[in-house]
Amino acid sequence: MTDLLAARTQMAISLGFHIVFAEIGIAMPLLMVLAEWRWRRTGDAAYRELATRWAKGTAVLFAVGAVSGTVLSFELGLLWPGFMRIAGPIVGIPFSLEGFAFFTEAIFLGVYLYGWNRVSARVHLTAGVLVAAGGATSAGFVVLVNAWMNTPVGFQLAGDGRLTGIDPIVGMQSPAALEQVLHMLLAAYAATGMAVAGVHAWLLVRGGAPALHRRALMLALAVGAPAAVLQPLSGDFSARVVAKTQPVKLAALESEWETMRRAPLHIGGWPDVKREQTRWAIQIPAGLSLLAFHDPNAEVKGLRAFPRDVWPPVVIVHLAFQVMVAAGLALAFVALWAGWVAWRRHDVTSSRRLLMAVALVTPLGFVATEAGWIVTEVGRQPWIVQGLVRTSAAVTPMPGLIVPMLTFTALYVGLGAIVAVLIASLVRETASRHTTGDTSTAQQSQ
Amino acid sequence: MTGVTVGLPEIVAGFIVVALNAYALTGGADFGGGVWELLARGPRRDAQRALVARALAPIWEANHVWLILVVVMLFTAFPDVFATLGIILHVPLSLMLIGIVLRGSAFVFRSYDPRDDSVRRKWGRLFAVTSIVTPGLLGMVIGAIASGAVGDAARRLAAVHAGSPSSDGFVSIYVRPWLAPFPIITGVLALTMFAFLAAVYLAVAATDDALREDFRRRALVAAGAVLVMAGAGLVAADVYAPDVLRSLLGGGWASALQLATGAAALACIAALWTRRWQLARVAAAGQVSLILWGWVAAQYPWMIPSTHAIRTSSAPAVTLKLLLMGLAVGAAILLPSLAYLYRTFARAETTAMVNGEP
Repeated sequence: MTDLLAARTQMAISLGFHIVFAEIGIAMPLLMVLAEWRWRRTGDAAYRELATRWAKGTAVLFAVGAVSGTVLSFELGLLWPGFMRIAGPIVGIPFSLEGFAFFTEAIFLGVYLYGWNRVSARVHLTAGVLVAAGGATSAGFVVLVNAWMNTPVGFQLAGDGRLTGIDPIVGMQSPAALEQVLHMLLAAYAATGMAVAGVHAWLLVRGGAPALHRRALMLALAVGAPAAVLQPLSGDFSARVVAKTQPVKLAALESEWETMRRAPLHIGGWPDVKREQTRWAIQIPAGLSLLAFHDPNAEVKGLRAFPRDVWPPVVIVHLAFQVMVAAGLALAFVALWAGWVAWRRHDVTSSRRLLMAVALVTPLGFVATEAGWIVTEVGRQPWIVQGLVRTSAAVTPMPGLIVPMLTFTALYVGLGAIVAVLIASLVRETASRHTTGDTSTAQQSQ
Repeated sequence: MTGVTVGLPEIVAGFIVVALNAYALTGGADFGGGVWELLARGPRRDAQRALVARALAPIWEANHVWLILVVVMLFTAFPDVFATLGIILHVPLSLMLIGIVLRGSAFVFRSYDPRDDSVRRKWGRLFAVTSIVTPGLLGMVIGAIASGAVGDAARRLAAVHAGSPSSDGFVSIYVRPWLAPFPIITGVLALTMFAFLAAVYLAVAATDDALREDFRRRALVAAGAVLVMAGAGLVAADVYAPDVLRSLLGGGWASALQLATGAAALACIAALWTRRWQLARVAAAGQVSLILWGWVAAQYPWMIPSTHAIRTSSAPAVTLKLLLMGLAVGAAILLPSLAYLYRTFARAETTAMVNGEP
């Protein structure tokens, strides 16, 4: 394994690990605040119970997200000093703003988690709202950095490869900024909301604590389902921006080789890079032209229009894209179904088949997120900043990078396993506590 | 120290040190809490550990963010400095990150693991051990920068890349700058200072008199240890980093800082002796801050001695201005919020309420 590949692997694992906790850190506070708000409004103790349960999970997952985020901020210099040298002055500004937003989040999470009996009801609820808002804001700023890496603007290129005349504010408004932030935030709410809904749907199927889990399911669906339904639309927006600004990425994720009008959409299939053709895909005539440019006669650039040394790894990008779309559509379908049932029968728990479906799609939001992240990152290769800085020019000169890569991989595999066991036991604790004492919980006074 | 020119780069560098100072006083003290977790003993051993856990739980996440702010401000305003530190100090920084990950995780796992006490004790032990290793590495990183070894290694690396013949291997560029006597002493000094801060804070936070006395004794011992380590640091500087020593003791500003540090140290010991808790806390925070600023003054005008001066390694003015504007807005939101957080949880007396559970 070359040092460059080791560095890329370490960064991919660090980001892939962090992104799950980051998404949960964005959406989970919203859920816990909604539960508390319902409790304050209705006096229904099951909501209060739910808020404290969810807060517990949030505390654990937020902490892991915070430390893995710290790792990333250092890794920018540990692995990609060449990138930071050039891009630091421009991407540093959104990163700094992210720092402040994250600070607000951390402060008010402390107030929220430990302030139940120390601060007034209004302050407590406000603290929760600030945590939720801080999470969304900080995620937005971080994604602005990634959007800039995909569609860099706000500078002139000097002869020595450095950037002059930089304008970080313009840099934050890069062409990909709006679509990426939108797509990421919706992903966070869809993935987390539907996953939480899935866990409670499964607990309902198993027959536990209907009062608690029904409320949990409704709240989680209220956050997750609209986001899951909107996500394909936001994805369409993203695809159109990519078609315009990163045509080679679009060609790779679609594994489209020829430049043509009425370009077909490939569903599934396996790109054979050597022969420059895609096998076993279902083709929808003019589908890609229609999706990418909203015009069936639009010309779509194929991979052959670009020199081979700027092709991203086509197989990975294409497969990841298929996985993302499939998982996202499955989520959207289940979300629509839940919406339909809620509209027709008012009680989503009345359909056992729906509950099973919601439980079944529990991990799909995170699967789609990981796949989507692979599409945007691997799809930009060989560039770390599109068209400007090659990833190979940004990597640290320190040799032996396979050692830190393996170390951090082992660390995250271990940590991920521990977190999974811990969250599972917290869920089991909720389940066992409430299979017997459900009615008493619901009737308990505040 | 010669004349000080203050422009945008110096102002931003100053704020980076302020953030580092805030991290030392808050996140640093949280590391110190881990030290006392490990060293908890006597009849009130469990109560000591419980106090550490209660004092830290609501605030440690926020305290930790100062470090992120330091990193982000550094790479925004001094990208080349950040890149150089990332290259030469890759190994200790990576080890420090592993410590940060394990420590933060162990702390929440201990609080939330629903399994029995023996599992929680194991998390507590991991938290304590990583609380010692992590700040030690942070101190080593600072010592490596201060001693001039990082700048030296960076210059040799650049020479290797330029193709000049050299006998520099991995160890001489990536290991020796930080795995050396002076950085090791600054690492131990950092750890000792944090343990000292934590003991003073915990004495203030305790509501039980016996517990308070436990931490008063610990604070006094730690205060002595800080003095010993600071002395060792001066001796080591004489041998391994004579430039640092010359600046530290060299007239004017520097001497005033040294005198103030000594005065704060004595004031803290006197306050602990006479049980004036609030004064002890202010004096302890002052002492640690002055030691930090003493290093900064000794190193001025260098970010990395001999290779990166503040003036010449900063980002363009537009970035620095935006960063300062962001800082102003951020501070207007953060400082009142932080004050509120600390006020709300100033005393760790309520044992019962964690997470709304009676």
